[in-house]
Amino acid sequence: MIELRDVRKSFEGVEVLQGITTKFETGKVNLVIGSSGHGKSVMMKCMVGLLNPTSGNVFYDDRDFTNLEYNKLREVRKEIGMLFQGTALFDSLTVEENVEFTLKMFTNMTKAERRDRVNFCLEQVDMIGINSKFPAEISGGMKKRVGIARAIALDIKYLFCDEPNSGLDPVTSRLIDELLKQITEEFNITTIINTHDMKTVFDIGDDVIFIHKGVNEWSGKVNDIKDSGNEMLTNFIKASFFD
Amino acid sequence: MFSKPEKLSVYIDRTITEMNNIGVGSLAIVVIIAIFQGAVTTLQIAYQLISPLISKPVIGSIVSDSSMLELAPTITCLVLAGKVGSHIASEIGTMRVSEQVDALEVMGINSSGYLALPKIVGGLVMIPLLVVISIFLSNLGGIIAGEASGILTSEEYLQGARESFLPYNLFFALVKAFTYAFIITSVSAFQGYTTNGGALEVGASSTKAVVYSAVAILFSDYLLAQLML
Repeated sequence: MIELRDVRKSFEGVEVLQGITTKFETGKVNLVIGSSGHGKSVMMKCMVGLLNPTSGNVFYDDRDFTNLEYNKLREVRKEIGMLFQGTALFDSLTVEENVEFTLKMFTNMTKAERRDRVNFCLEQVDMIGINSKFPAEISGGMKKRVGIARAIALDIKYLFCDEPNSGLDPVTSRLIDELLKQITEEFNITTIINTHDMKTVFDIGDDVIFIHKGVNEWSGKVNDIKDSGNEMLTNFIKASFFD
Repeated sequence: MFSKPEKLSVYIDRTITEMNNIGVGSLAIVVIIAIFQGAVTTLQIAYQLISPLISKPVIGSIVSDSSMLELAPTITCLVLAGKVGSHIASEIGTMRVSEQVDALEVMGINSSGYLALPKIVGGLVMIPLLVVISIFLSNLGGIIAGEASGILTSEEYLQGARESFLPYNLFFALVKAFTYAFIITSVSAFQGYTTNGGALEVGASSTKAVVYSAVAILFSDYLLAQLML
């Protein structure tokens, strides 16, 4: 479980996150929704340690991530996988080397063991047979899948996805959604997804948090969204479907 | 910036790759520059010095000493600042703007150490080697130009070079090469790592890396000459 307690983040005097408090449960697909520029990505970056919150704390199963020493922080980070909006695959490495990367860095696996693990991860995302291709040689949807395979190469506990469907066609988007849901359940991990895509929310979401102007405006079960009674959330959903 | 490597074997592999990129990748340009540099210097020295009062081996002695003390280390490294420096800055800069550096951080890897250290070590090993090759080829260029133009024979050139050779000059050239290697790799890695924005900023970082490295090389050239000669 990941817990945020009154997390605030300011840039040059502008408070982008205004005291976010919430919990993300293990084994569930937790969705963070909200308009662009309202703090979703900043919140995710604070959670994975790419940004330091101005104040407040982020707990990973009771470990205060915001106040850990550098070495302990690195240990927690090994339990984190992240799928970036632009996938952030390493251009100079092949698909196999990308997925193998963390295994090489953090385990004492033999080459054969690493190859087995890489193939297992690629099999999970239905990407067998492209091991020797470079990221520039595969499509956007394939990159996302390889990004997921790389994220789960180590036995992670937490999976973060920043706009996993951006730039993808509707069919590929649904495939990626299904994949994320399946991986979350199969590996019993805490998955947190930033998205605007309400179809994703209703298809695979368990819990939802709606961020508006840096504030946790509404949070609850996905089934309760339609009856939330929150005007801003209702407007956001209407606008999403209208789009 | 640096901490204990996550896994030494990975860093060693990356350092060998960087040595190949920096050393082998720059060999062709260094060979061309060194030969022409020696050849042109020989012709110009001859143009200024040819006189019945000056023996021909003096030309070999001047070209050989100039190559070792200044031309091979400084000119080679100024060229490498352009070739290697821009490559390092644009590579790391592109990784920065495409979130690849963030990906390394999220994985728990010290991104600055992982990206910069192998390049710095690779540069420190290979650039002095390139400078030594450049010194050798610069003299070869001088000999070829001397023979081809009929100004002096290879024996006269080598006689002059041998007579004026001081081991300290080679040591001085290597000190320069190590200093310049550190400047080129560290300045360029820093410029790349601190890139913010998109493609335009990657280009700007690359340009800054070359300009700052070149200025730092010229400044340290003067400083080293003042301190060591």
